[in-house]
Amino acid sequence: MEQKTNSAAASKNAAAEAPKKPHRKVSSAILGALVRIAAVATAATLVIIVGYILVMGIPAFNPDLFALEYNSQNVSMLPSLVNTLLAVALTLVIAVPLGVMAAVFLVEYTTRGNKFVKVVRITAETLAGIPSIVYGLFGMLFFVTFLGWGLSLLSGCLTLAIMVLPTIMRTTEEALRAVPDSYREGSFGLGAGRLRTVLSVVLPPAMPGILGGIILSIGRIVGESAALIFTAGTVAAIPGGIFDSVRTMSVHMYVLSCEGLHIDATYATAVVLLIIVVAINALASFAAKRLTKV
Amino acid sequence: MKSIKETVAKVLFTAAAGVSILAVALICVFLFASGVPAIAEIGPLEFLTGTVWKPGSDIYGILPMILGSIYATLGALVIGVPIGLFCAVYLSRFASPRVKRLLTPGVELLAGIPSVIYGFFGLVVLVPLIRQVFHVQGMSLLAASIILGVMILPTIITVARNSLDAVPESYYEGALALGADHERSVFRVLVPAAGSGIMAGVVLGVGRAIGETMAVVMIAGNQVQIPNSLLDGVRTLTTNIVMEMGYAADLHRDALIATAVVLFVFVLVINLVFAALNARSKK
Repeated sequence: MEQKTNSAAASKNAAAEAPKKPHRKVSSAILGALVRIAAVATAATLVIIVGYILVMGIPAFNPDLFALEYNSQNVSMLPSLVNTLLAVALTLVIAVPLGVMAAVFLVEYTTRGNKFVKVVRITAETLAGIPSIVYGLFGMLFFVTFLGWGLSLLSGCLTLAIMVLPTIMRTTEEALRAVPDSYREGSFGLGAGRLRTVLSVVLPPAMPGILGGIILSIGRIVGESAALIFTAGTVAAIPGGIFDSVRTMSVHMYVLSCEGLHIDATYATAVVLLIIVVAINALASFAAKRLTKV
Repeated sequence: MKSIKETVAKVLFTAAAGVSILAVALICVFLFASGVPAIAEIGPLEFLTGTVWKPGSDIYGILPMILGSIYATLGALVIGVPIGLFCAVYLSRFASPRVKRLLTPGVELLAGIPSVIYGFFGLVVLVPLIRQVFHVQGMSLLAASIILGVMILPTIITVARNSLDAVPESYYEGALALGADHERSVFRVLVPAAGSGIMAGVVLGVGRAIGETMAVVMIAGNQVQIPNSLLDGVRTLTTNIVMEMGYAADLHRDALIATAVVLFVFVLVINLVFAALNARSKK
C-alpha cells in the first residue's frame, strides 16, 4: 500500500514531494546494502574455501605423494592423476565426435518442425538433468554387468561420455548457429555440397565455441566421482588396458576422506584438484574471449 | 561418388543425433527393469511411505530418504536463493566493470569446484564448527543444507543474471524517467520482468541439490530417520544408493535401484518445470 502511494507520488513530481523522499531512500539503501552483502558473501565463500584448502594443503606436499606406485604408506596421488588424464582422453574421444556430429545434424541437416529433432532435443535435455549417481547406477547395470566389462576404465568413460554428451551438443549447436548463413550460401553458390560446406566452411569458425564445450566437459569429468565409483572402481594403479579398474583424482579424494587416515594427503590431493579446475576455468574463459572475437 | 559420400555423412550425423535417444531409452529400460519389480515386490505403498529401512530383515521403506532429500533441498534454497538472487542483481546492475571482471570468473570457479572438495571442506570445517557451537555430533541436515546452498549459488547467479541482462534497457530507463531511483527501478521493474528466468535458475538449483551425492554423503550423517531438527543426521535418496550399493545383493540391490527410479522421477518432474519456465521466459 505504502509503496504504491510512493510510486504514484514519484511519478507526479519527485521534487515537489520532498517529505516522502527520506522514506524511499531508506528502503533503497537497505536493498542496495543487501545486494552488496550478497556479493561480498559469495566472494568470501569462494576465498574461504579455496584459501583454506591451499593453506592446509600446500605444506602437506612431499615427494612421496608423487611416487609411481600407490601404497598405504606413501598415499601417492600420481596413479590417480594419470588415471584422470586417461579418463579425460578416452571420454572425449568417445563423446566429442558423437556430440559434434549430433549438433551438425541438428543445425545443418534438419528442417523446421521435424519430429525426430524434437525427440533428440527432449532426450538431450533429459540427459543434462540426470544426477550423476543415476548415471553411475546405469553404468553399473549396463556396462559393468550386462555387457560384462567389469569395473573398468572403459565402463567409466562410456558412462561419463553419455554424461557430457548434452554439454558438447549444446555448445556446438550454439557455435554452429552463430556462423552467418552467408557463409553457407557462398559455399553452395561456389558449387560445394552440404558435407563439404560443413567441413570446410561452417566448422572452422565454430571451433572456439566447440572448444569451450570440450573444456567445460573436461571440468565435469575431472570433478566427477559418484558416476565412477560403481563403473570404474577404486583401484589406485595405472591400468594395463581399458578393461582395468581405475581410480581418478576425485574418487581418490573421496576414498581418502572416507578412510580419514591420511588427512594431509587428502588436503594435498584437494590442492592439485583445485589447480586443475582453476586451469580449466582459465582456459574456458580464454576460449570464450576468442569466440566473441569471431 | 559425391552423392554416396553425402548420403553416408547424413546417415552418420543422424545416427549420432540418435545416440541421446538411445541413451535415455537404455537408462530407462535398465533402471525400470530392476527397480519396478522391486517396488512391486515390496509393495508401492510400503516402499514409498514406509519409515523403516532394514535390508537385513528385508524391510525397505524410503520415506525418511524422500523427506531427507526434500528437507536438504529446501535448506539449500533458503541459503542459496536470497544470496544468489541478490548477487545476480549486483552483477547485472550494480557492479562496476572492474568488479564484474573479478567476480564473474569467481562465480564460474565456484561452479567448477568438484563436489568432493565441497564435501571435504564441510567435513573438516563446517561439521566441527557445528559440533562446537551446538554441542552435537555435527554431521547434520544443517551442514548438508549449507554446503548444498553454496553449491547451487553459481547456478542461480548465472541463470538469474543472464535473464536480468536480457531485460530491455528501456524498462529501466522508463522507471528512472518516472522518478524511481536506481534500486527501486531494479527491484520493482527489472526483477519482475526477469521473473520466469530467475525461477528457471532456482529450479535448476533444485535439480542440482536433489541430485548431489558425494558432498552430502560426507557431511549429512546418513542415519535412516526423519529428522526432528536441523541438527539431526539425515539420509537422502542419493546417499542411500551410494552408501549401500557396494555390497548390496538381490532384493536389497533392486530396492536401491528402485530408490534411483524415485529420484529419476523427481528429476524428470523438475526438468519439465524447468522447460516450461524456460519457454515462458523466451516469450
